[in-house]
Amino acid sequence: MRHYFILLKHELRMLLISPPTYIASVLFLCLMGFLYWAILRGMVNAPADMLPSVQFFSVFWIPVFFVVPLLTMRSIAGERSIGTLDTLMTTPTSRVAVVLSKFSGAYIFYMLLWFATLGFPLIANKLYPQASEGGAILDMASLTGGYLFLATSGLLFIAIGIFASSITRSQLVAGMLSFTTLFVVIVGGQQLGNIAENSVDLVVWLDATVNYLQIFQHLDDFSRGIIDTRPFFYYTSTAVLLLGLSTLVIEAKA
Amino acid sequence: MEPIPSIRVENLTRQYGAITAIQNINFTVNPGEVVGFLGPNGAGKSTTMRILSGIMSATSGSAWVSGICVAQNPHEVKRKIGYMPENNPLPDDMRVVEYLRFRARLKEVPGNKLRESVQEVMEICDLARTARRKIIGTLSKGFRQRVGIADALLGNPEVIIMDEPTIGLDPHQIQGIRTLIDNLRGKLTVVLSSHILPEIERSCDRVIIINRGRVVASGTSESLREEFLPGNRFDVEIKGSEPDLLVALKEHGITSEIIHRQELGDNTHRLSLRTEGDETKNLGAQLIAALSQSPKFTLHSLAPRVPNLEEIFLAATKRSWEETIENKPKAAAKA
Repeated sequence: MRHYFILLKHELRMLLISPPTYIASVLFLCLMGFLYWAILRGMVNAPADMLPSVQFFSVFWIPVFFVVPLLTMRSIAGERSIGTLDTLMTTPTSRVAVVLSKFSGAYIFYMLLWFATLGFPLIANKLYPQASEGGAILDMASLTGGYLFLATSGLLFIAIGIFASSITRSQLVAGMLSFTTLFVVIVGGQQLGNIAENSVDLVVWLDATVNYLQIFQHLDDFSRGIIDTRPFFYYTSTAVLLLGLSTLVIEAKA
Repeated sequence: MEPIPSIRVENLTRQYGAITAIQNINFTVNPGEVVGFLGPNGAGKSTTMRILSGIMSATSGSAWVSGICVAQNPHEVKRKIGYMPENNPLPDDMRVVEYLRFRARLKEVPGNKLRESVQEVMEICDLARTARRKIIGTLSKGFRQRVGIADALLGNPEVIIMDEPTIGLDPHQIQGIRTLIDNLRGKLTVVLSSHILPEIERSCDRVIIINRGRVVASGTSESLREEFLPGNRFDVEIKGSEPDLLVALKEHGITSEIIHRQELGDNTHRLSLRTEGDETKNLGAQLIAALSQSPKFTLHSLAPRVPNLEEIFLAATKRSWEETIENKPKAAAKA
């Protein structure tokens, strides 16, 4: 446990001193700011029946596709390719601590980026007090639900990135692999859902399974303020499984 | 009771798929010894060192470090070992002192001794004044190597394993590292591998030569010399013909063989002789007497030649090569 904190501190320190971190955060916030602005603008032109924050959370997949691979591809693959993973392994550090510290470092940074987007509704609220009188901009239920969704789904997404990074020594391959896996997990679930809707004669258990994997469905519930325990279980169990696999891979491929 | 050897390796074998990297390696290293690991590229030096440091597991066989089995208790072994891998990987964007402190924390150096022990290894490796706050990415090769060695020394290990510590260094830096290793002699057990043979010969008490995954020779360079290159060697520069020389020597009861010749023109030759004579008598004096008595040639110079580790190494690895070739048909026949 002590090693975990030493490594985590090191991870966060390395994130803080490396320029790519700042470039990634600026780009992420610019993009998300632009999207939020576009949503507000759309609402001005035509009335919408969804809250701006609900609409904002429904585009979460855009940054996930590029931020998660960029954040995680370096973590283990990079260390392996320059050989510092070897030097790390010669210290009395457990492999679990190595994987967990990499995961936590990336996860903390990912969540910090998302929490920075909380600034958008706050700014909008401050600048246009009359618009927010109805509580549409700062709707606590949808904001809490949305960030809770991001926090839980982030566990799985970052774990996918860490796993991809642990099985190769090339950062590029790791990045591609996590991108495609994320694509399959996020979009694939939705496609399965579409198929399930179209064909009537689906067995009941299959229907339940498909629903279980529908990330957009989870988001819908969360951003309306409905918090279900099934998605929690889905994200955390899969994340734990992937991190466990990464530990085994590091152990075998050292 | 015998002291526990620092490193004991028994029948260690490691296979990568169909390729056998090392096969039935056995050796022991006693506490305080400086041992050199020699072998051509791909002989299995790094594999052996990686298994010893617990990064990699062996396919079969066992290894003990300070009496602790590497396979059963890798964590405890890692506390006793300072390992510097091949190519000495370091993170480029950290400062030397930051990196060493981070490593010291990982190696479980107690918090109140952290600064002290980092300062101590930096002093030993001559980093304290010159490179303390420098960013590792901007350091020269020699300094990087010193950072690697400083890292290996952190946490008071009992055994230090260095994979090619002098690779890519200039003679001054090599000298520096040699002095460093000399300072460690007696306090710690040091195992190092190198391609630079004079380096190993000067700094190591004992040499282990491995080739094609097997230990082909082990011992001090003296004992290896006797085993692999018996007889005495002399470098002679004479004016006169070669056959006459051999005949003249035979008359004086010295059997000799020319192993290397070089024409210098004007009927002058520079020859390397291997002689087999009575070692108790002064062979050099006998040779001088024999050569100066004969009117057929003039002796210009004569010097005894001590084979260096390079020649021993070539002889040992060549012999094991022949052995394996000879062994092959037998193995095929058995199959």
